[in-house]
Amino acid sequence: MAVAALKEYVGVSRDRVENYHGKQLVYVAWDYHMLFAAPFMFCVEPQMKLGDLVRGPLSALMQPDPDAASIDWSKVEWLKLGKPWTPDFERSIEENGIGHKEQLRFRTPGLNTLRDAA
Amino acid sequence: MEMKVAKKKLGLKERYRVMTRDLGWEPSYHTKEALYPYVGYEGIKIHDWEKWEDPFRLTMDAYWKYQAEKERKFYAIVDAHAQNNGHLNLTDARYLSALKIFLQAISPGEYAAHKGFARAGREFPGVGTQVACQMQAIDEIRHAQTQIHALSNYNKYYDGFHAFSDQRDRIWYTSVPRSFFDDAMSAGPFEFMVAIGFSFEYVLTNLLFVPFMSGAAYNGDMATVTFGFSAQSDEARHMTLGLECIKFLLEQDPANVPIVQAWFDKWFWRGFRVLGLVSTMMDYMLPKRVMSWREAWNMYGIENGTALFNDLARYGIRPPKGWDDAEKAIDHMSHQFMLGLYQWSFGTSFHSWIPSDDEMAWLSKKYPTTFDKYYRPRWDHIKKLAAAGTPYKNYGLPKLCQTCQLPTVFTEPEDPTLICHREVEYKGERYHFCSDGCQHIFENEPEKYIQAWLPMPQIHQDPIRGDLGAWMDWVNLKDGQDNGDYVGSNDQRNFDAWRGLATSNE
Ligand SMILES: [Fe+2]
Ligand SMILES: [Fe+2]
Repeated sequence: MAVAALKEYVGVSRDRVENYHGKQLVYVAWDYHMLFAAPFMFCVEPQMKLGDLVRGPLSALMQPDPDAASIDWSKVEWLKLGKPWTPDFERSIEENGIGHKEQLRFRTPGLNTLRDAA
Repeated sequence: MEMKVAKKKLGLKERYRVMTRDLGWEPSYHTKEALYPYVGYEGIKIHDWEKWEDPFRLTMDAYWKYQAEKERKFYAIVDAHAQNNGHLNLTDARYLSALKIFLQAISPGEYAAHKGFARAGREFPGVGTQVACQMQAIDEIRHAQTQIHALSNYNKYYDGFHAFSDQRDRIWYTSVPRSFFDDAMSAGPFEFMVAIGFSFEYVLTNLLFVPFMSGAAYNGDMATVTFGFSAQSDEARHMTLGLECIKFLLEQDPANVPIVQAWFDKWFWRGFRVLGLVSTMMDYMLPKRVMSWREAWNMYGIENGTALFNDLARYGIRPPKGWDDAEKAIDHMSHQFMLGLYQWSFGTSFHSWIPSDDEMAWLSKKYPTTFDKYYRPRWDHIKKLAAAGTPYKNYGLPKLCQTCQLPTVFTEPEDPTLICHREVEYKGERYHFCSDGCQHIFENEPEKYIQAWLPMPQIHQDPIRGDLGAWMDWVNLKDGQDNGDYVGSNDQRNFDAWRGLATSNE
């Protein structure tokens, strides 16, 4: 049973993609970089080039981390649905198969300054 | 014509019967099912409501007299506190952050508990239960009122207190207790009793109120100590009622045991997430610390919890499912959560700050295996950023957990350097969680939790559409006053100036 109820009960999600006026949510997390307390949430157009999201708003938010300046995006390892994944920065969010509320993660092997500081 | 009848004085037992059990009646022109429509659908079986024991045998007239006396004492002290500038006896105005969180997040929960018990009292068929719920409903509204009154005095002098009810509804760090109570109030009456009467009152109250009230005493906050005392005897009654209720359910029918166990699992974890707020208060916000969150957990969580589980084992109840994950999180949760509160402090109606060297030394002493290893490097870096004139703010709004509604700041149980990612697809839509515990709660009743109103995704919908200034207006947060770093705040400036006037001849 999907809910304990007296009669037939159907819920409606509050965060459906149609509530975002043509945009969608995307979550991005930099693994092992815990200066950022939680994954970042972006609200973007599905037609936006993935590279524009990464080099634009994502890179801007990453600046406070001491590793941000040394990052080489061509060497970054990406995860989608927890599995290794290769993005195409030149294609759009949509063309990269990134759905509404998708969680992307990336790792920067050898570049984990604050984690390795202690 | 007046008839004079000699009044016989009733004995205590007789009086209790007349004032409680005798208030009930057998319905004659409606069925019992029609009168109590919500009592069956959760699957709980009650064979004999008369078996409900009221552990206090308190009648409404005695209750009224007793509570009125407490009110008189309470208001006498709160008035004196206001007249004598009691706020200047605080150790430091940093302490006020804990109070602001309490007022925005916890006091509204008292009011929610009031509504919930009023409803439960109507929905249960047994008279003993009805009367007990009615008294607790009145207790809870009294708690909400006394807390708001006691703290209203601080609102005259300090920022961040003025819009607690808007912030309860709309801001993001309050959504963990708000959703806790919304979840309980939209459940059936038995689940409500297990959630609030048992998990909250019995298992978690000590971890919330005891540290909070001792924190108030340690930091010179007489107003809060006074409402704490005024509520204490009620809490003792609530805890006993909660335990009585759970035993009643378990004894009535063996089929109730697995249902109760599932609620126990769920509400332990939901309560544990609410305690995330308490842990940051204990470890980071009290200028004069009482004990660490870890020490409180050992004393009130492990010791009392273990005694309770041993007691309930004879009914076939085992410790809640999330118990081991909770233990793994204890030495991390306050640090992980506080880092979040600090970096998003542009969106909090209280101040936070970088812990001082002294405070960090205290933290590494209290958390010898985790603080220096994981958390000090982050605070040191944040300190460096502040010294360089680029104080750290994280304008990346966080991902929230669909169940507890907190930002997903917590880590994998086995790796404290990696955020815990959990995701479920339900009817073609993705949902995210902070932990296995929250994911399991969702999976048991997805149709309920998909409706969660999550404050962060909401910012990008109507009417705010991603405009941070519009959001601040909407949550009634005054930028540059209520939010941000303590250092340089009005609160700091005013408290230091007023205290200077009170303690020197300048
Ligand atoms: Fe209460
Ligand atoms: Fe959660």
